[in-house]
Parts: sequence; structure tokens; C-alpha cells
Amino acid sequence: MSKIEVITLKCTGCSLCIKSCPYNAISIIDSEHLLESGKTVKKLAVIDLTKCTYCGACVETCKYKAIVLQKEEAKETTVDFKDYKNIWVYAEQRRGEIAPVVFELIAKAKELAEKLNCKVCSVLLGYKIKDLSKELIYYGSDIVYVIDDPVLQEFLDEPYAEALSLLIKEEKPEIILMGATNIGRSFASRVAAKIRTGLTADCTGLDVDLETRNLLQTRPAFGGNIMATILTPKHRPQMATVRHKVFKALPKDTSRQGEVIEKHYDFSKVKIRTKFLEFIKDTTAKVNLAEADIIVSGGRGLGGPEGFKLLEELADLLGGAVGASRAAVDAGWIPYSHQVGQTGRTVAPKLYIACGISGQIQHLVGMSSSETIVAINKDPEAPMMKIATYSIEGDIYEIVPELIKAIKAYKGLS
Amino acid sequence: MNFVVCIKQVPATTSVQIDPKTGTLKREGVESIINPFDEYAIEEGIRLKERVGGKTTVITMGPPQAEQALREALSRGCDEAILLTDKSFAGADTWATAYTLSCAIKMLPEPVDLIICGKQASDGDTAQVGPSLAEMLDIPHVAYVRKISEIRPGYIKVERMLEDGVDVLEMSLPALITVVKEINTPRLPSLKSMLAAKKKQIHYWNKETIHADLDKIGLTGSPTQVKKIFYPPARTGGERITGATAKEIAEKLVMKLSETGLIK
Repeated sequence: MSKIEVITLKCTGCSLCIKSCPYNAISIIDSEHLLESGKTVKKLAVIDLTKCTYCGACVETCKYKAIVLQKEEAKETTVDFKDYKNIWVYAEQRRGEIAPVVFELIAKAKELAEKLNCKVCSVLLGYKIKDLSKELIYYGSDIVYVIDDPVLQEFLDEPYAEALSLLIKEEKPEIILMGATNIGRSFASRVAAKIRTGLTADCTGLDVDLETRNLLQTRPAFGGNIMATILTPKHRPQMATVRHKVFKALPKDTSRQGEVIEKHYDFSKVKIRTKFLEFIKDTTAKVNLAEADIIVSGGRGLGGPEGFKLLEELADLLGGAVGASRAAVDAGWIPYSHQVGQTGRTVAPKLYIACGISGQIQHLVGMSSSETIVAINKDPEAPMMKIATYSIEGDIYEIVPELIKAIKAYKGLS
Repeated sequence: MNFVVCIKQVPATTSVQIDPKTGTLKREGVESIINPFDEYAIEEGIRLKERVGGKTTVITMGPPQAEQALREALSRGCDEAILLTDKSFAGADTWATAYTLSCAIKMLPEPVDLIICGKQASDGDTAQVGPSLAEMLDIPHVAYVRKISEIRPGYIKVERMLEDGVDVLEMSLPALITVVKEINTPRLPSLKSMLAAKKKQIHYWNKETIHADLDKIGLTGSPTQVKKIFYPPARTGGERITGATAKEIAEKLVMKLSETGLIK
């Protein structure tokens, strides 16, 4: 058990600690006692142990060092931060292809590493993937750690979490960034649980506090209604998953040099209770929504599934993908894989054309970082019309066919 | 087989209040609902019980008013409900939440075969508690499950939804899954089941009941701390494009977009 004590020889009864206690566990009683200095005081702080959670807030507040806290798990608060160095980026790959978000994270890690004066390391896990190290160096990694093992052939949470945890324990990074992909979010959670550290999900902003070397992790919550900046002040490494397309990758530089460090661990004793059977590729979407530069999206205002045929024509013409609001998906007009928003995909294309989408906050949070937004809606007061770069008040079925004609004419196709 | 569904009560509206002192959420005074993603977890827990027989227990951590969410889960067909409530659980991040749930699950009288969670909560949006909970219980997990194709004692076969397709995976049980909305269509409770649920007892467990390590629960046990909360800067609107005809409007827009290279 943890222990907390008020040293009567030091407590002046000043009551500063009372305000610091989030649990109302401290009170001041009348108690005449002698201080170390020989002075006599009449008040004394007492801690109600049924209320105290041993958080230590009072210890820090007390000017006289009169409160002493002994935490049971002393290890947790006395982690020597100096042992932890460098910023890691988890180089998520599947079937030999690195997720685009990895290069964006390397670029951001490089910027943070310059402030912290440390190196950017990528971590590559898989089987027969060593060759990918070069790419990671070209995009800005100083060091690439590679764990190449048949156990890691397919992504499975257990062996991947084990491999990364072993590497973390050995090399002690200060910060680990991972893409907020389905894999990243699942895998990072398991690792953070294993090594008892903080993990912040789905960050859209990252910075560092130079004094404390804390990572300032900013993320939306409540469907984007509020933003929170989160710290992991007492644990290392600091882990975050980061949204794709928030940061920009550096241009590929094939002259860059870096170090590749191969690590080998004995996985024979690791419990692997999950088995991969097969992968079924989604062939319905022609263009990956999340990576598309142009998205033509439809909502309730389309009035029916036929509207998406029109949007598809426009998207094809622009080389883009088709998106949808939740209303359109729930109505069964288009499959869920097209849904943009809080419960669907987060997208940040160069151009987002919203057709008949009013712009509920849950939709906006999934697309409002698009560079240019065009809104076409009958209702000029719709929220989407108010945030759009270009807004058009009108009927989708009148405007979109004309838009298709005008683009064809511009491209010299008609 | 024994199934456990972990749910969270979340604010019904998107308007939220923040306690400026602790930087955590004030949950009192806002109408609360079951996290929409957990509806699918509850439904799957009930369907599995109906398919293979057994018992479904629903667990939540939260203030006493979270009882309402459990009551609703019972009315859908869950058999037992446990509310983890204690002042010292307050302010927990995903690590401390997963830890608290893991302590409670270890205290269940019968061994658990499968734990089901929604893929994420609509307020925090982290998707972290499920996988973390699996790790703390030392059981395997698969996140983003859209289908359970096979289940029997000691074995489960599932489909995991990824950005580019679906992985088919098998696990030994006990295990944990987090589910996506494709997995089922939640039922509405019947009047009869609602009445039955009212009579059921909800078990209240506190930090002593679950033998939690005080250094790992609540705000103080949370590795992450909220430093500040702010409202995102609003995106300001741009230009309204008008014209006498749809043709004119369309042509104006194409000009604008081609100027910035968006149409080539």
C-alpha cells in the first residue's frame, strides 16, 4: 500500500494543501505543535485516508515539504526520462506496401526531432520486408529498426504487440507515433497496455514542450466539437496515433543515408492465439476514399440512390472517389464503405464537392480539413454552405449535369 | 458459454461541459444514452447466447446514473448487469478504464468465453479500451469485427474490417472482439422484456469489490492527462457562386477550380 504522512515538525498549518486536494481529503485542525525551527504553531493539516487517492497533488503544493508520500509502485514515478531518447514512427506495412500516413509521420517526427535534438527512427515489422527500409530513409528516417520474422507475416495483434514491446524495452524511445488506421489503433492500444504508458488516439496536432520534453497531443473529441491537448507527463515512451493527411510527407530524397538495425527476438515462447486465414480485398471502391485527392459526396438532398450515378459520373471525370453522408448510407442508397464522417472515414482531399449534404457536425468533422470545399444545396442556410470555399444554391439535378458538361468542355472532351 | 459485453454511457447531445479544474468531462446534467457502437455489441452478445446457449453479462464503469444504460441492456436480453462505480474511478483515461474493467472481469464468478465491445465510444472516439482490456486479461483480441462466422467452446472465427478489405481470422477462446455496425441490426426491447428488466438486480461494485490497485485507477492512475480543452477555430465561409442559369453557375465554378489547378 501507498503511504502518506504529514510531518508535524514541518507543517505550519498554512492550509495551502487544502486547495490542492481534488478529493477534499485534507482538513486543518487546531493542534498546537512544535516546528523544527523551535517555533510553536497552532494549526495542523490532517489527511483523511478514506478519501485520499495518493495522487500527490498536496506534496507538490506544500512549501514546507511537510507531506511525504510513498507510492507503492515507486517505479512508475521515478522512471528516468534520460534513458528514453529518439522519436519512433511505426512503419505500418501490409503485403510489402507502406501505409502513406507513415511518410507523413516521418516528416512530422523530423520537425519534432529537430526541436528535441534527437533522431527519427522507423520501426518495420513483418516478414521479408527489409527492402522497405530504403524508402523510410529516403523520406527522412535516420535509423530503421527491422524485425523480420515469419511470425510477423500477417498483421496479428499479439505477435506484433510483443515484437514492438520487446524493442521498446530494449531501445527506449521517447515518443512513438503510429497512423490512426484500423491496425494502428488496435495494435497501439495493446502495446500501451502492455508497457503501461499513455496513448492518445487520433491526433491532429503534435508539438513538444522543450522544458519537460512532453509531447503536446491535440485531438478532436465529441465528434469534433471540442479539441483537447493531452500529455503523458509521467510515463515514457509517449505514444500517439495520428490521423492521415494532417501532415505532409517530405519529398523523396534517394541520396539520403541512414542506418538499418536488424533485431532478432525469440518468438517461440510468445503466446499466439490468433491465426490468419485469408484476406478478401474490397473491390467495390475504385478509388480509396481515404487517399483520394478529389471526393464527390452526396447526402440526403439527392433524394434517392439514382443521384449517386450522377455523382459517380462527376467523380470519374475528375479522377476522384464517391463519398456519402451518414443519412445517404442509412437510407441504403450507397454502401457504408463510402461514408465520410465520425462514424465513417476521415478524409482530407484537395477538393471535396458536397452535394445535398446539410453538414451535420458529425459529417463536418470527417471532411472539414479538405483544402477546397464546394457545397451544392437548395438550402442556403445549411451549415455546409457556410463553411464551403464555394457555395452554390440550387438543385443538384440541375447543377451537377451542367457541371459535368462544363468540365468536359474544359477538358476538351465534348 | 459466457459472454460479457462492455458498454459506456455517453452524452446524448454533442454539447458538452468540461470541468475547468480537472479538464475532465462533467457528466451530470446532460442526457445520457448507450454509446451507439455498443448497441451492436449488446445485440451480438444476446444473439450469441441465443445461438449457442449461455449467459450474457453487461458491464459498465461510470457514475451511479449509468445504471440506466445497464437497465436498457437488460431489457434487450442481457442476463446480468454490473456497474463499476466508485469516486476513485472518476477521470480515468483509456488505460485506467481498461484496467478497472479487467479487475472486474477477473472477479466474475464464472470464466468468460468472449468479451464484446463496441469499436469505439462516440464521445472519446479512441477505440483503445477494448484492445487494452484484452492485453490486461492476457487474452487475444480482434478489433473491427463485422462478422462472427463460427463459434464454439474454445474457438471463434471472425472477419476483421480493414480499410482495403477483410481479414478472416480465428482465435482460441477466451478472447475479446470489438464490433462495427455491419455486424447486426440491434433489436428494440419488447414491453415484456422491459418489465422483466426492471425487476432485475444491478450489481454495484466498487474499488474494494474488484481489488483494484489504487495507483492504476481514476485520474491518478491515468498515464495521460488533459492539459487543456478548447473549441476548434471555425472554418469561415467563402464565396457564393450565382448566375442566371445552372449552366452559367457551372461554368463559373469550373473556371474557379481550374484557376487553382483542381481541374486540369
